[in-house]
Amino acid sequence: MTTATVPAPRTADRRRGTTRRGPASRWLYAALVTIVLFCLLPFYWMVVTSLKDPKEVFDNSLVPTHPTFLNYTAVFGSQNTFLLALRNSVVIAGSVTALALVFGVFAAYALARLHFRGKNLVLGLFLATSMFPGVAILTPLFQLFADLGWIDTYQSMIIPDISFSLPLGIWILASFFRAMPWELEEAARVDGCTKAAAFRLVILPLAVPGVFTTAILVFISAWNEFMIANSMSQTPASQPVTVAIAQFSGISQYDQPYGTQMAAGVIVTVPLIVLVLIFQRRIVSGLTAGGVK
Amino acid sequence: MSVRTGDSRAFVPRASTRRERASGRKENDGRFAFWLVVPAILVLTVVIGYPVIAALVRSLFSDPIASAPRFIGLDNYFSALWGVNSGKFWDSVGVTYFFAAVTIVLETAIGLGMALVMNQAFRGRGLLRGVVLVPWAVPTAVAAVLWKWSFDPVGIINALTGSHVVWTGSDWPSKAAIVIADTWKTSPFIALLILAGLQIIPGEVYEAAKIDGAGAFQRFRLITLPLVRPALLVAILFRLLDTLRMYDLPAILTHGANDTTTLSILVVQATLNELKPGFGGALSTLTFLLIFVTAYAFVRLLGVNAVEAQIGGGRGGKR
Repeated sequence: MTTATVPAPRTADRRRGTTRRGPASRWLYAALVTIVLFCLLPFYWMVVTSLKDPKEVFDNSLVPTHPTFLNYTAVFGSQNTFLLALRNSVVIAGSVTALALVFGVFAAYALARLHFRGKNLVLGLFLATSMFPGVAILTPLFQLFADLGWIDTYQSMIIPDISFSLPLGIWILASFFRAMPWELEEAARVDGCTKAAAFRLVILPLAVPGVFTTAILVFISAWNEFMIANSMSQTPASQPVTVAIAQFSGISQYDQPYGTQMAAGVIVTVPLIVLVLIFQRRIVSGLTAGGVK
Repeated sequence: MSVRTGDSRAFVPRASTRRERASGRKENDGRFAFWLVVPAILVLTVVIGYPVIAALVRSLFSDPIASAPRFIGLDNYFSALWGVNSGKFWDSVGVTYFFAAVTIVLETAIGLGMALVMNQAFRGRGLLRGVVLVPWAVPTAVAAVLWKWSFDPVGIINALTGSHVVWTGSDWPSKAAIVIADTWKTSPFIALLILAGLQIIPGEVYEAAKIDGAGAFQRFRLITLPLVRPALLVAILFRLLDTLRMYDLPAILTHGANDTTTLSILVVQATLNELKPGFGGALSTLTFLLIFVTAYAFVRLLGVNAVEAQIGGGRGGKR
């Protein structure tokens, strides 16, 4: 094949490209299809199961033969307090996100932009806490909250959640602050702004996209939290959705209401997936910046 | 990132007035920084520092049923490590490290493969990255329920493979189910972290190697692997920390039955089901120590610099 030194017409160029890279492309597309199937098939199975008639749930047909929303109406039916669980999740994950952002923005800015003694110590501290096993604080917090009469309240879940959401928020925000242009802040300082005023008037508005990305990531991790919530919430009054779905009950212990559980799973997950698909670019940059789950 | 801050710093000392202002600011920085950092530190002290110390203190006391706890020194630790309860503890240590080792090897291999594919040029890369995030976005508790359903004796896995395994009914199938569920959920996330590392490698390096006659495998072994190593190590470190505290998947899939009780499940059981906060405190302290020591050993063994550089990001702040 001749080397294309002369710029050829676009269509011809593209055609030659595909023919030359034919076999390689075929491998690439096979690999891509494998990845997509790997990621989506289990989720697809969740959707399919959720759309099946409860009687057909065990027939394992890969498409629902008689699609029905029976499971979805059951989720919101009288037996399950799913709406309440959704509300609990929104309140808990929302509060955790707000608190993590308020405290995280300031600390992250200081770590990214200021020079002070003991900075490396503080960095190490935040890093250590982000590696912290949640179970190590569960025992005493449960005791404490039991003594305070806080078991089965929102705060008994919101406060422990801060232990992972705040370090996560600080790491992601700090990387955004580091990437922001210094010059604007310099300019504001030259114009007579104090450090605090420059932070408030110049840096914070610029940081909005980073804060937004952090909010999504922290919210998702708080929304997905299970262990603490499973220990602290004892009745449906405070159960978030993750606990509620795991505890959906059937008629007997051996009768798992899989259709209803799958429908509830879809309801809980689809908003997150929509978020992820819309903001994938920023979520990926946030994740890799934080290097955390 | 650090490059950019370096540039602007080089820019600062050019005018003497700037330098004066800069040095004046440096003094103010400490105070300003103090007030910015202290709230976060206070919050973390209350949320983490207090319970850790409380657990430590409580772990030195007994768990009587109807009287006040009595100081018993390290008895809870002895009992967990080589006393009456040592069997359970060491079993869960074994289970936890088994899960950590197997899932990390599988997830790193699959994640690396996925990252190499995703690093190729093709249309719809953004869409693929979104798709790959789907398992990550599914709450682990929901994923656990989904896999429990898939692994049901009459569920889709047995139907597709034509087998009749009672997946969550005996030791090894239970473990396999948990490993598969975790691998599905986390491999894509590792792939994204590795992909970020791959994208920093300049294409010219590969071009040069190609001209020098390096084959595809050689290019992978001699260029890709060494250059992606920092990102890879960070991904593995974070997975290590995560798998050692695994709770959701086994708690929902098997309730810790059939030899799938991880350390986290053991702690929760001791504290909440058996109502032994002293013994639970000892277990959680031991868990914390194990994870800390493992992470430290990992960082030491596999290159502290690489990991630190990556985690610290544009840390470069030792000016």
